[in-house]
Amino acid sequence: MKRLALLASALLIMAMLAACAGGPASPASSGGDTTTQTDSGGSEQAASAREVLIGYTASQTGKYNVESTRQVNGLNQWMKEVNDAGGIKLADGTVVTFASKSYDDESNGDRVQELYTKLATTDGADFLISPYSSGLTSTASPIAEQYEKVMITTGAADDANYTQGYTGIYQVYTPASKYLTGAVDMLKAKAPDVKKLAVVHENDKFSTGVADAVKAYAESLGYEIVLFEGYDSATTDFAPFINKIEQSAPDAILGGGHFQDGSTFARQLAEKGVDVPYMALLVAPPEPTFADLGDAAVGVVGPSQWEPLAKFTEAAASSAGLTWVGPTGDTFVSDYQAAYNDEPSYHAAGGYVAGMMLGEAIKQAGSLDSAAVKAALDSMDLLTFYGHLKFDTSAEAHGLQVGHDMVFVQWQKDGDGNLVKQVVWPAEGATADLITR
Amino acid sequence: MSAQNNSGLQPPNTSAAPAPSRFRSGMMGRLLTPGLVVILVAIIAAMIYGATGGAARREAWYTVLLFVGLASSLNILLGYTGYVSFGHIVFFGFGGYIGFFAIYQLGWNLLPASLLGGAAAALLALGLGLAILRLRGAYFALATIGINEAMKALVINIPALGGPNGMVLNFGIYASYGGAAQAQWTVYWATAVLTLMVVLTSYIVKKSKFGLGLMAIREDEDAAEVMGVVAPRAKTWAYVISALFPGILGVLFFFKASNIEPAAAFNLNRSIELLVMVMLGGQGTVLGPILGAGGYQLLRTTLLTSDLALFGLKIKDIQLAVAGLLLLIIVLFIPVGFIGWLRSRSTRLRRWLE
Amino acid sequence: MFDQLIVSVTDGMLIGVVYGLAAMGLTLIFGVMNVINLAHGPIMALGMFGVYLCYTVLGLNPFVGLIIVAVLGMLLGMIIYAGAVHRVIDAPHLSSLLSTFSVNMMIIGIGTAVFSTSFRNVNYSLGTVVIGPITVPGTRLSSAILALMVTGLLYLFLYRTRPGKYIRAVANNRTSAGLVGIPSTRVLAMSFGIGTALAAVAGGLIAMALPFTILSGGAFELKSFVIVVLGGLGNPIGALLGGIILGLIEGLVPVFTKVTWVPFIEFVLFILILLVRPQGLFGAKQ
Repeated sequence: MKRLALLASALLIMAMLAACAGGPASPASSGGDTTTQTDSGGSEQAASAREVLIGYTASQTGKYNVESTRQVNGLNQWMKEVNDAGGIKLADGTVVTFASKSYDDESNGDRVQELYTKLATTDGADFLISPYSSGLTSTASPIAEQYEKVMITTGAADDANYTQGYTGIYQVYTPASKYLTGAVDMLKAKAPDVKKLAVVHENDKFSTGVADAVKAYAESLGYEIVLFEGYDSATTDFAPFINKIEQSAPDAILGGGHFQDGSTFARQLAEKGVDVPYMALLVAPPEPTFADLGDAAVGVVGPSQWEPLAKFTEAAASSAGLTWVGPTGDTFVSDYQAAYNDEPSYHAAGGYVAGMMLGEAIKQAGSLDSAAVKAALDSMDLLTFYGHLKFDTSAEAHGLQVGHDMVFVQWQKDGDGNLVKQVVWPAEGATADLITR
Repeated sequence: MSAQNNSGLQPPNTSAAPAPSRFRSGMMGRLLTPGLVVILVAIIAAMIYGATGGAARREAWYTVLLFVGLASSLNILLGYTGYVSFGHIVFFGFGGYIGFFAIYQLGWNLLPASLLGGAAAALLALGLGLAILRLRGAYFALATIGINEAMKALVINIPALGGPNGMVLNFGIYASYGGAAQAQWTVYWATAVLTLMVVLTSYIVKKSKFGLGLMAIREDEDAAEVMGVVAPRAKTWAYVISALFPGILGVLFFFKASNIEPAAAFNLNRSIELLVMVMLGGQGTVLGPILGAGGYQLLRTTLLTSDLALFGLKIKDIQLAVAGLLLLIIVLFIPVGFIGWLRSRSTRLRRWLE
Repeated sequence: MFDQLIVSVTDGMLIGVVYGLAAMGLTLIFGVMNVINLAHGPIMALGMFGVYLCYTVLGLNPFVGLIIVAVLGMLLGMIIYAGAVHRVIDAPHLSSLLSTFSVNMMIIGIGTAVFSTSFRNVNYSLGTVVIGPITVPGTRLSSAILALMVTGLLYLFLYRTRPGKYIRAVANNRTSAGLVGIPSTRVLAMSFGIGTALAAVAGGLIAMALPFTILSGGAFELKSFVIVVLGGLGNPIGALLGGIILGLIEGLVPVFTKVTWVPFIEFVLFILILLVRPQGLFGAKQ
């Protein structure tokens, strides 16, 4: 009897273990978000049709949730459009439409490899899109490469990930090393009296990369860097830091980090009445909500991957000898607004363009074969509403974005005293002149 | 409460050291219990199950085994000595950093680098333990948070470790491990074996005289000292043992991820999750952290991907809040954790559930 | 250099007072019931959102909003006490740490679903005050003054009123306080409520100066730990001084070295104080 009880309890344990064993694998497999955009385009693909699955993780929770959500919205927008238009026809006559599968990465890297492996294997994703942020993308990259899946990265600007010998990772964003160098060019052209720069940055991967590059570039152009310093990501009070900047008396401040620190910094700088004529900050200024700062926002310049104001046209493409692909900026903005009731930020544009490039490469390759799609991406040289796109094809930095340039926006007051964003650089796309703070 | 009345302490007469000549057989006798069989079966079954369903299942089980290992190592300190460490993850991050540095800068192979990472974490624990284990209760818990944050701030300021950028491995490095796919299998098996070792160590510590000393410290540190337990030394060794494994696991984890950054390495939130896992399963038991870590992962995965809705809110949108509510219910009503609760229900089960 | 020092000291003191207020709630709760409230940060974040919503939705002056935040904070604290703390108050530390952490998870989880993690900003200005080299934003100055006033009120409450004396009695020895007829459960709930209200008000003050998200409380929670240890665990007045010291460290260290060394110095100091003077810089030997 006693034996029996022991045996029964042992069996109970085993059963529990088995239940756990089934657990982590099975619910996830049934639970991911699968978005299928139905084909309403009345196409007659009686011959053969195929649905292409795009896999990615999104940060539905945690600190990246806002940017990541916009990125996903952009991608979904593209999928809907391409499917509504009847999909893409391959060389063998197969018509492909697109669907996506995604999981929540919780804005942290712990399970990114697990989820990308799942996407690449059991979920059978044909192509991958990166998570948001350079760190998570670095973690996902070995998986994409290992399964020979093409992965288009968006929201992953740091250069380091593209110099690690990957062959199938392609970047949509302008890399960190070129993120802010345009601001130096702009100062050179528009504010020749500026001599002393303060480069200050958040101490994280992306911002440090940007700051290092901008420092080297500015020094090569003969600027004096009077202050070069990072601040902790959790910094809440910039007063000490601002005092330090005042001591070094720069003519312009370059740097920043992400939204919170950037907008806090701009606000406290204005509150303290620091008199520095020019200031360019990362990430925060292009965000529409930066206007909440009121007068503190006036004169602040920010680099943006894309702006609704930027006008890249088919005519510009043909005069530059480039292929034009996709909708115009205005169409993208109005469609996006209609779908999500939100003005698209560059994160949304990045998500859209990631999908569009993939589609374009499939069209060029005429096949879903990874090697053929890679070859098409390698030779890609396009102009889109988002700007010029071209990838580095050298072995050292394969997939690095070399075509795309940043645009610089500045918050200015219009005639009625309202805050508006103006494009101030590059000169050919400018909608207003650079002003001082 | 909880820990005290179910701690599985052997009756005092058997805990006293037997005569030297009989020590060996006594020790072996104490070690070979039905409970050990359950534990070994649990881990080995998980290991094999994880390895036999393709890469996706392996990855899911890698995460489970990793957290089982980390939670069990935390339990050696927390469960047996009662010292609540909020900063256990510092050993994972610090060991990971040292090992990653050896691979990235010095070109070491993964094996020696992992051992170096483990040794570094253990040494750190030795140094820290001598200092902060003097603190008790909340003071110790707070100090461990401080150590994790100070270490993160220090690493950010060391250019050789990549500063705020951290370090990124070249994909080519996996070629010397038979390609990326093979490297991931290697990491999986290494992690699985290490987890088995952590659990065995945890079991042996619990059954040993050393472990009894630790548990005496947990019940009443002053009384334990009076009874002849050299508390500072015992606590420090428990700390060192609990730090060794996370150090090695950290190197494997970041090698697999191919990059390391300060915020990812010294993630205080992950540290708190480990406490939750130990608590769910039952602190001070060997099986508890195993089931706690597995159960916690299962719970999070289920909630994260659930299509259920509660009062019009999708559960996956408020999964963190639901997990919090479940945790609260367990803390309030089953404070001894799942295994502790089973043990308290039936004396028969105790033999099986260590 | 001298100017820079003066300016840094002023800035450090002004923000330090607000840090101190934030830590006061944490230390009061610890002093009374030996519970480290791990929901402290999210509660501060709720205070931030409280002031934000009063300002943007109800159109209230943020300082009026603070009163509402204080009252709601008090209620929330009593609810948390009844739901999550009361049952584990005599249990080992781990239980109360985990139960308050579960409250943390719930607030963050629901907060993220409701507010997302995008940034909010209370765009409210009181101009700037300029004295010689020192330029101080009006909101900062009034926040600091308000924080000092709240501290003064707390002191008067704890030392001059009957409920305040009850709280100190329960903090001293709960069992004997119960024996002389002090309703200890009610006093504990009230203390938790006051501690929560202090955290929420501090959050509200911070919201006037800095943009924030639902996750912003975390950084202040860590700072609060440091302050609480500097000032002595369980000593609300010490927390104010601890806050000022932390503010001064943040203000003065960057004058001499890189800003990124500040957190390292803070946390090393924190550990050293725990080791050498666990009763805090101002506490009497226990």
